[in-house]
Amino acid sequence: MAKVTIDGHSIEVADGTTILQAARMIGGDIVPPTMCYYSKLKTSGGYCRTCIVKVTKGSEKDPRPMPKPVASCRTTVMDGMEVVNITSPEVLEARRGVVEFLLINHPLDCPICDQAGECHLQDLGYEHGLAKTRYDFPRRTFNTIDLGPYIKMHMTRCIMCFRCVKTADQITDYRVHGMLNRGDASEISTYIQKAIDNDFSGNIIDVCPVGALTDRTFRFKSRVWFTKPMDAHRNCTKCSGKVALWLKGNDVLRVTGRKDKWGEVEEFICNECRFEKKNVSDWIIEGPRHIDRHSVISANHYESLAQLKLDIGKQQKALSTKK
Amino acid sequence: MQSLTNRSKVVSKKEMTLVERMYLPAIFSGMLITLSHFFKRKPTIKYPEQKREFSGVYRGQHVLKRDEKGAERCTACGLCAVACPAEAITMTAAERKPGEENLYREEKYAAKYEINMLRCIFCGDCEEACPKEAIFLTDRQVNVYGQRKSFVYGKDILVEPKDNPIDLSKRQSAAVKEFKTHQEFGHNQTYDKNRKVKVGGHH
Repeated sequence: MAKVTIDGHSIEVADGTTILQAARMIGGDIVPPTMCYYSKLKTSGGYCRTCIVKVTKGSEKDPRPMPKPVASCRTTVMDGMEVVNITSPEVLEARRGVVEFLLINHPLDCPICDQAGECHLQDLGYEHGLAKTRYDFPRRTFNTIDLGPYIKMHMTRCIMCFRCVKTADQITDYRVHGMLNRGDASEISTYIQKAIDNDFSGNIIDVCPVGALTDRTFRFKSRVWFTKPMDAHRNCTKCSGKVALWLKGNDVLRVTGRKDKWGEVEEFICNECRFEKKNVSDWIIEGPRHIDRHSVISANHYESLAQLKLDIGKQQKALSTKK
Repeated sequence: MQSLTNRSKVVSKKEMTLVERMYLPAIFSGMLITLSHFFKRKPTIKYPEQKREFSGVYRGQHVLKRDEKGAERCTACGLCAVACPAEAITMTAAERKPGEENLYREEKYAAKYEINMLRCIFCGDCEEACPKEAIFLTDRQVNVYGQRKSFVYGKDILVEPKDNPIDLSKRQSAAVKEFKTHQEFGHNQTYDKNRKVKVGGHH
């Protein structure tokens, strides 16, 4: 067991836990944001540097601080380690720089992008107030590619997080796509544009933190904040069948995995559930999904009318006791 | 009962004097007031022939602008619809096909775009929300119709005619025009690969 202190919050964790996992156990604002780390994918993380933190005390035995900010997703805790994240202006400044780098080649096409409204890069850019760019040179551009009949790839939007490559590696039976070229010229490719044909290939859409991989069956159908997310399930022989339906009226516009509060899917779902079951009658709807109230999707989204009444009742009670 | 305001007066019913009972002085004083108005400036205008000048930022009927090449600016991003407090705006997006570059500015466009002018409260929030400088309110007024359905304006009315662009120069303040010159905000540019780059231009 190791005791680690993050922004003044202490927690005992098992040896081998990373700083990021420890921070997630504590929860709240001190959790570093992640763009490439995905707890469900092995060896993910370490590419984007968004989760950097400062280690002010290495361990009980060796209390020297680490010389540079470290990627919290790849650094394991030591007993007595002290870490600062949001309490350190230096870390916030460094992260701001990382976000600026991520945005250098990212096109500002959020008004077109289907990911807008649930995009991690959008949130990150917003949180760090990066409204302007210092980059004067042409951004790299690619043509869009259809990865099979269901997936659209906008390489221009990609931030090289490798999540999709790792998904293809670990979830599907054999890998048909990877990274080509190096540095600024690198791109995700399916080698000779071979169509991805696998029962679980659709999950690369869910793991993509930006709008580089999007659902072709949902392409430009609706903006996410006009759809109503519902929890639903069905009996599926290939996967758990537990999904989130994105409805507009009685139309199932999109089916995705259920994402937890870290934006990671709880269970990977199969392509049949994701792309082929687009009728409400295919599903057993459990009820509205919980949407964070800071999300634009929560506009006009009531998870429970009873809860709403309860909240209003509480507010009224609070007001009357004030008098 | 307690009065709501302190302005209530007790009505007196005293008997009128002889002059008051004749009514004539009151009639003449009233006529004098009427007569004096013949020599005052008229507050009304002869409407259809004469029209009042509107403020430069008057919020009337919307327009969907085209860019300098004549392509529609709207990308159906839905921000106007989500900003609209009256929920007057609906739209359906579609994907631009190859060869339609001169019609639509970006790869997504509004295939259908409707504003219900009966719902609209002309608050201008759509104009403010638009990231593409596509929708503006203008100093034109919405027509009067006999049927409710006529007030649902589609793209046929909203998109500005190619040959008769609608001048919005009065609507944009000096501060807005100044902001648009700042390239570092990446304000509403479609990326031009051949753009000249200042090398070593910083500091």
